[in-house]
Amino acid sequence: MNKFAKLLDRLAYEPGRNNKLRLIADYLRTTPDPERGFALAALTGALSFQHAKSGLIRTLIAERTDPVLFELSYDYVGDLSETVALMWPADPAKRPNAIPSLSDVIETLSTLGKAQLPSQLARWLDGLDETGRWALLKLVTGGLRIGVSARLAKTAAASLGGKEPNEVEILWPGLAPPFTELFAWLEGRADMPVSRDPAPFRPAMLAHAIEEADFAGLDPKDFSAEWKWDGIRVQAVAGNDENGEMVTRLYSRTGEDISKSFPDLAEALRMPGSIDGELLIVRDGHVQSFNVLQQRLNRKAVTPKLLQEFPAHLRAYDLLVDGTEDLRELPFADRRKRLQSFIEKLNNLRIDLSPLIPFDTWDELTAARANPSKAGTDSEAVEGVMLKRRDAVYVPGRPKGLWWKWKRDPLVVDAVLMYAQRGHGKRSSYYSDYTFGVWTNGEAGDQLVPVGKAYFGSTDEELQKIDRFVRNNTIERFGPVRVVTHDPDKGLVFEVAFEGLQRSTRHKSGLAMRFPRISRLRWDKPPREADRLEGLEKILTKIETGRSARPSLVGEG
Amino acid sequence: MTYLSAMRPEEILTPTPSGVCCQTGGFHIDPTRPVDKAVITHGHSDHARPGHGAVLATQETLDLMRLRYGENFAGSTQAAIPGETLTLGGAKVTFHPAGHVLGSAQVAVECKGLKIVASGDYKDAPDPTCAPFELVPCDVFITEATFGLPVFRHGDTSGEIAKLLHSVAVFPERAHLVGAYSLGKAQRVMALIRKAGYDKPIYLHGAMEKITNYYVSRGIDLGELRPVRGADKTELAGAIALCPPSALQDVWTRRFPDPLPCFASGWMRVRARARQRGVEFPLVISDHADWDGLTTTIAATGASEIWVTHGQEDALVHWCKARGLRARPLAIVGYGDEEESGGGAEGGSGETPAAQP
Repeated sequence: MNKFAKLLDRLAYEPGRNNKLRLIADYLRTTPDPERGFALAALTGALSFQHAKSGLIRTLIAERTDPVLFELSYDYVGDLSETVALMWPADPAKRPNAIPSLSDVIETLSTLGKAQLPSQLARWLDGLDETGRWALLKLVTGGLRIGVSARLAKTAAASLGGKEPNEVEILWPGLAPPFTELFAWLEGRADMPVSRDPAPFRPAMLAHAIEEADFAGLDPKDFSAEWKWDGIRVQAVAGNDENGEMVTRLYSRTGEDISKSFPDLAEALRMPGSIDGELLIVRDGHVQSFNVLQQRLNRKAVTPKLLQEFPAHLRAYDLLVDGTEDLRELPFADRRKRLQSFIEKLNNLRIDLSPLIPFDTWDELTAARANPSKAGTDSEAVEGVMLKRRDAVYVPGRPKGLWWKWKRDPLVVDAVLMYAQRGHGKRSSYYSDYTFGVWTNGEAGDQLVPVGKAYFGSTDEELQKIDRFVRNNTIERFGPVRVVTHDPDKGLVFEVAFEGLQRSTRHKSGLAMRFPRISRLRWDKPPREADRLEGLEKILTKIETGRSARPSLVGEG
Repeated sequence: MTYLSAMRPEEILTPTPSGVCCQTGGFHIDPTRPVDKAVITHGHSDHARPGHGAVLATQETLDLMRLRYGENFAGSTQAAIPGETLTLGGAKVTFHPAGHVLGSAQVAVECKGLKIVASGDYKDAPDPTCAPFELVPCDVFITEATFGLPVFRHGDTSGEIAKLLHSVAVFPERAHLVGAYSLGKAQRVMALIRKAGYDKPIYLHGAMEKITNYYVSRGIDLGELRPVRGADKTELAGAIALCPPSALQDVWTRRFPDPLPCFASGWMRVRARARQRGVEFPLVISDHADWDGLTTTIAATGASEIWVTHGQEDALVHWCKARGLRARPLAIVGYGDEEESGGGAEGGSGETPAAQP
């Protein structure tokens, strides 16, 4: 555990991709099986034990420390695992003889009953130092967050055998921790591992966000365009097992098996193959907005009533496997033809083809993106346009230049900073989490009502400037929260961009924003000129009745 | 100890926003604005400021002030000898080593049987570059709280130095730049590196040369030291260089091959602090007492009343009260800086504009 903890610690600080690769590869090369395999599993998020809840960690530390000192420390450090790792009373008398290995920890966790977890965890914490405790807590709570992607860890593993990362990526879904056959192959001691899963996940191909400047270098003739649907990206896979039985599975974009949550959709795929598409809710032939899909996602129990009210649907983008034939090496244009005939043959109302957008010039596509009502009454579920090179093969990961996503412009509102809190993680000494509000009629005239919360800090300079503003204009404090001056004439206006609005009983304003983020600082604007709640309510009504082109409260400038 | 008279400690030492003032002795301790008579605990710039009428401090502190501020840093000076008691007006004043940096001292003020110790900044951990902290039993103990949260446990410095030397071995093509405050921390880090057996030359940023030379002149052996100035890039591959923390982000670092920014500070215990400063290699080495150091020292003084000058005073005051001690924060403006707590507290105690290259 200590060697792994040291690796994590070093990785967490190392910004350079190549240095990270060097550190991981060095660890994998110098650490024996199965320890290194479990480390690779931890780095790639491939571990599947029941994660400890943060409540359990809080209970453990509460039994050992003063609650006031804990709260002050947590507020200062900004990270629960780290706070506990540092505060844990290291009693030499309780230190066990052996320091637990990563393999011990993971193997124990996968069989441990829930009731034994607290005492086991405490024993491990007693046996480790600050860094070891930190790594252990990150691991058991399931959030390493050390700036290492699964892709980077696989690339480091591939480098052990001088292989391309995609060779590992393609094998990956058929492998399981501690990956001894993978390492044996990489080190030239065995053949390439073979997957026997009849319906495996295949790593998804992802798009880059396109910028204005990118278009200059692109020829419209090379590209197909289709709508980017606002649901959840899934992969529906069917295949026959050794007994000739059809196995069907639905995977999320990251390969998580979500068949159980969507039995209505999983059973619709009655032909061997693998479809890459978008999961949507379709009622009476109309695609519903993400708000509606969210309601199904929020329910834990899958009841007949839920299935009937929120029927799941697959809009197909791509075909990765047809029967048993892997199509991923074919160009997109060819896969699209195969997809078309596959969907026709399947002939199931729940699975249809994502229509292409005809265009000859970027101007035509720009016009289509600005007015997706051409996609019919479903336009509310369109979140933009996808561009795919006709000759692109299906590559796992996010290859540059093959697929582009071109999202619709977000909604924007001018809101006033009301409360600020110190951020977490990298921002923990700065007041970087902001609650902002818009004007509404109150008992004593106009008053601000909070409509959302977001953090900000695209550059350190801006972050420091707001931080200074908050510290100099604090009018009151509630624990870690500072109330910042928000008068009609004095205060800070944010331009807030967001993707949608929902009704919410949790918020005083009665609505909640989807993905709010601060898009611009309006030092120039007096708070009295910020927007009003009535304006947001109008947008919400339009969204709900499906009548909206993209409404916006804020004009240019 | 119990009070022999009905005298309140505030009548002996009165806290003011610019430092504590002894009316009967006619002096201030570590005043943050110019006064007639100042008693100075140590040479860091947030405690030792220029422009006082008369200054009483240890010889080392006076020398360091002279190095930083020039010959005329005060109207007159008097060197205090640790352990010797002076009478100033109605008060008896004694200096005791504080273990913080070279020359650092606690100031004990006694009046009518009531003893107050102003400890300045201190640490109870070993330091090869200064006299060790001396415990002074007292009625009122004035303590700092720079690292006054139970997350601050500085641990063993030898482990941190071993981590640094290991990295030097693993990345022999990179220069390891160690940011450290130029008075105290830098010399301690160098002494620790030598203790760990590293015998190659250590390179110095220009801003560190004067104070480091002073340490060497006081008999502290730091091995072969070379200025970074004038060294060529190939010579600096695999080298360890000490610099003020502010230089880590400076164009100054461009003269090094693939520099690895390291930072030696107690703040490095908290990841977010290290990352905010762009540090890629944190070294948890501090010249202040950590949480355990603060709490054991407070308990060991036997004081029934604790005054907390600066840092994380809320937590320390809470800890004291939970143990039945009277405790209060002093809210002195200018020791460390709450707004700059990501290093400013120590930053204030080592960096002056004059010390920049």
